[in-house]
This record gives sequence, C-alpha cells and structure tokens, in this order.
Amino acid sequence: MTRATTIARRELTSYFYSPIAYVAMAVFLIACSFTFWDDFQPGEIAGMRNLFNWMVWLLVSIVPLLSMGLLAQEWSTGTIEALMTAPVSESDVVLGKFLGSFAFFLVMLAPTLLYAAILALYANPRIDFGPIRSGYLGIVLVGALFISIGLFCSSLTRSQIVAAVATAAVLFAITIVPWWASGKLLSQTWRTVLDQTVFKRYTDFSRGIIDTGHLAFFLFFTAVFLFFTTKVLESRRWK
Amino acid sequence: MIAVRELTKAYGQTLAVDHISFEVPRGQIVGFLGPNGAGKSTTLKILTCYLPPTSGGATVNGFDIFHESEKVRETLGYLPENCPLYTEMKVREYLDYRGRLRKMPRAQRLRRIDYVIERCWLGPVHHKTISHLSKGYRQRVGLADALLHNPAVLILDEPTIGLDPAQIRETRKLIRDLAGHHTVVLSTHILPEVEATCDRAIVIAAGRIVAQGSPDELRASRRLTARVLVECRGPRSEVQAALNRVSGVSTVEILDGQSADAQYVVAALRPKDGYDIREEVARIVIQRGWPLREVRLEHATLEEFFVQVTANQAMARSTQEVQVAS
Repeated sequence: MTRATTIARRELTSYFYSPIAYVAMAVFLIACSFTFWDDFQPGEIAGMRNLFNWMVWLLVSIVPLLSMGLLAQEWSTGTIEALMTAPVSESDVVLGKFLGSFAFFLVMLAPTLLYAAILALYANPRIDFGPIRSGYLGIVLVGALFISIGLFCSSLTRSQIVAAVATAAVLFAITIVPWWASGKLLSQTWRTVLDQTVFKRYTDFSRGIIDTGHLAFFLFFTAVFLFFTTKVLESRRWK
Repeated sequence: MIAVRELTKAYGQTLAVDHISFEVPRGQIVGFLGPNGAGKSTTLKILTCYLPPTSGGATVNGFDIFHESEKVRETLGYLPENCPLYTEMKVREYLDYRGRLRKMPRAQRLRRIDYVIERCWLGPVHHKTISHLSKGYRQRVGLADALLHNPAVLILDEPTIGLDPAQIRETRKLIRDLAGHHTVVLSTHILPEVEATCDRAIVIAAGRIVAQGSPDELRASRRLTARVLVECRGPRSEVQAALNRVSGVSTVEILDGQSADAQYVVAALRPKDGYDIREEVARIVIQRGWPLREVRLEHATLEEFFVQVTANQAMARSTQEVQVAS
C-alpha cells in the first residue's frame, strides 16, 4: 500500500467517527429521496435528471462540511507536525486526503443507486440507462472538483468554520450564481463566460451527453486545486 | 550522529535561532536546556525537517536535513511539543497507521507495536480511544510512536511536560534505558531532568548556545561562582579588610541583616579559581580573636547558574535590539 492510500484509509475511517459526516450524509440522502419521491409518479419520465441537478445543489452545501476539517484540523491540533515529520511527501498527504474524502463521497452517493433500480423495476416500457450512467459520471466529477476546492480552502486556515464558509462561497459562485444568471438577459460575452462554469457543463451530463471537453474541464480543475494545495503545504518551507 | 553548523532561523525580523553549532555523538543523550521561547523547539523542528533553516545546515545520521529530508525522516523518531495525536483513533490503530505510513512490513509492524506498547506501559489502554486517555498516557502514545520504527535518532520535545511525578520518573528511566542504542536529543526547561537523564546539556538562551557540557562539567563551572559565607563577631570594616588580605580571595562583601545577632557580621567571599579558602579564613578570624560562628561553602545552584547565563544573554540581546532600533 502506498503512503497516499494509507492516509486515504485513515481519512475515510475518521469520517465514520465524526457526527458531522453522518449529519451531512443523512441530509444528502433525505433530500435526494424527497426529490425522487416527487418525480416518481405515473406518467412522469423514468429518469433521474431532476435528481442529478438537485444533487449538485446539495453538494454545494454538503461538500464544505466534508472537506473543512481535512487540513484545517491538522493545522489547529498540530498533528500536521507528526504527519510531515514522517517520511511522507506533500503530494502523498494531499492525494491521500483527497482520496479519503472522495471515497466517503462515493459511499454517500452509493445508496442513490437504489433509485435507478426502482426505476428499472417500474418503468414502462423500458428505462434508458444512458443518461443515468452519464449523470452518475457527471456527479462523480463534480464531487471530485468540489472536494479538491474544499481541500484547498481547508489548507489555507486553521479554522474549520472559515474553511467551510470559504468553500461554500466558491462553490456557490461557480454553480448557483451561473444558474441564476442563465435566466437573465445577458450580453454574448457573459453567456460565453457562463458556459464555462460548472452548472452549464454539468447539465449536459445529466442529459446523457458525455463531452470530452467537459470531462477534461473537471479533471483539469480538480488537478489544479490539488496542485495548489500541495504548494500551500510546501509554503511552510518558504516562510 | 547529529552535526549542526551555524544554524539560523529568522521569523521576520526576530532571530529565533542565532548561528548555533553543536554535535551529538552516537548513543549520547543530550539535553537542550533553556527558558521558554529560547529557540529549543525551533531547533528541533529544523532537525526533524519540519521547518527549513534560514541559513546554516545540519546532518542527521549523515543525511543533510535539506537535501535528503526523506532519508532523515526515515531515521528519526520525533515527539513534537504537546504531543499532537488523532484523538478519534484507538491506541493500537494509531500505531498501526503510523507503522504503515513508514512502510513497515506487516510482521515487523505487529511485532514492534507489541514491543512499544509494552515498553511505554500502554498495555492497559491499547484498545482505548486516544481522546479518552489522560495526558500522561497520550504522552506515552507519542513516545511509542517515536520509538515504533526503532530509529537511530530520537528527538523529544519536552517529553515529561504534563506528567505527574511518578510518570516523570518512569519516563526518565525509559529515556535512560534507550541510551546506547539510540541517540537522543530532548528539550526541557526543567534542570533536574538534565541531571537525571542526560550525558550532556546544551544551554540555549535567546537563540544562542550559552553553555554546554556534561552535568559534571556544569557542576564544576558553578563551583567557580560558589561563595564562602563567614559569620563572626567583630568590627565591620576591620573584618572586611582582614578577609580581603587572605590569599585566594577575590572579593569580600558584607551582607547586612543576615545575622540574627546585631553584633555579628556576615561576609560573603568570592574565591579565585581553584582556591579553597575556608581553612585560611577560619585561621585568620581566630587569630584576630573574633568569635567565629560559621564558615560555609555555598554552591550556587544550577538553577542560579541557569538564571544567570540566560538572563545575561537576554539582556545583551535586548540592548542590541535597542541599538539597532536607534
């Protein structure tokens, strides 16, 4: 096992000791079930498009709760010192923290597969799994990007609250603000800018479109924030 | 084993560590002694590769702390100040995680975990969650973690702080037992700790080394500042003049209000290097016919020595800063 997976494993386990993680998971699943219940009616389309869009909204408030402690807590309790004086590199730590948090996100997402199974049972004549698969791919990519942004914010402060608020603000700005603006009358320039944001790119996935440009967008920016976080950890060497 | 050359660390304008150099041979226990804020922790943080030095350098086990940081970290065990731990984990779980992080093979890891649990008296709590442990047990978990991979070098930042007297004695004994197999650097601001555990002490104040040597050597150096107290009944000025003529006496000071009896004077004599002046002083006083009550050699305590050297240093530093500012 590599050092990054050792750190990831510890991080994932620690979520199961934390009440906040359970609360976040419960809120996410309950909110998802209400949306699904609303859509699961005779005559409606047997799909999960609404649910996927709703999930992104939920993640804007839930990912900050999952990511806030990743590094802020290490700074505030001083455990970072024990961690960094073991023979591990900054990138081991960042990758490990990210993977641990991402694994918890997947655990949180897993029960929603049940909805796909329920749809498959009741759909008439037949369910189209294409948009569901691409929708899941999209939500997993959005989760990865959100977590890497959260991890970055968590590396900048000792306070978990500050980390959570900062993460929520950034996620709000790249997801909900563009959604709100999309209904407004805007110039062509602003339209182009909005098309670059998470909201616009994500909705394509829930429609069943897998665009390599969108795929690259999420992977690239996830990597960028992980890279920034590594630099923040290294920065103690320049101070 | 550890070689430090001209190590300097600046936080902004303040020098936390100011060009210090020292060496620690293999198997020795060295105490880093100094008041709070003297630069002890900073030096240890640099040696463990947590912080980089501003200038100067150091090698641990032959590896450079800056260029071969990972090699250095493999060979050393570190107990940070205040012993930070993941409190939601159980003791054995935490040690297992630390062992995995150091890539110890499974069989060796399990054997070493059993060993350090026994060695650090963690047996009764090894299945407990760390947040439920007392400060003393937590400190031992930190120590167990530092020992886990059987490192050649152990760096312990205030290993006995927060422990009760019985635990302090146990911990010191444990550290003593480690000598020979491990090279140990520990920091403390408690003097008896150095006497009890260390082969050598390095006294640091305001970022500089102000004294170093074995506890015996330090004790020898404090004998230099020892004084002889003489209590006799005689005219004040004559007593002072007579004692001043004794060979080997460098200064004589009459202490007021020291004697319960107003007729008696108490004189404090500073002997010159290597002189024992007690017999000569007694002879002179008797010869003059002054009733003699006491001739006593008073060792300056190590405490006093410590306060003196560190206070001098701090004062020198603050005048320097004033000069720089003006």
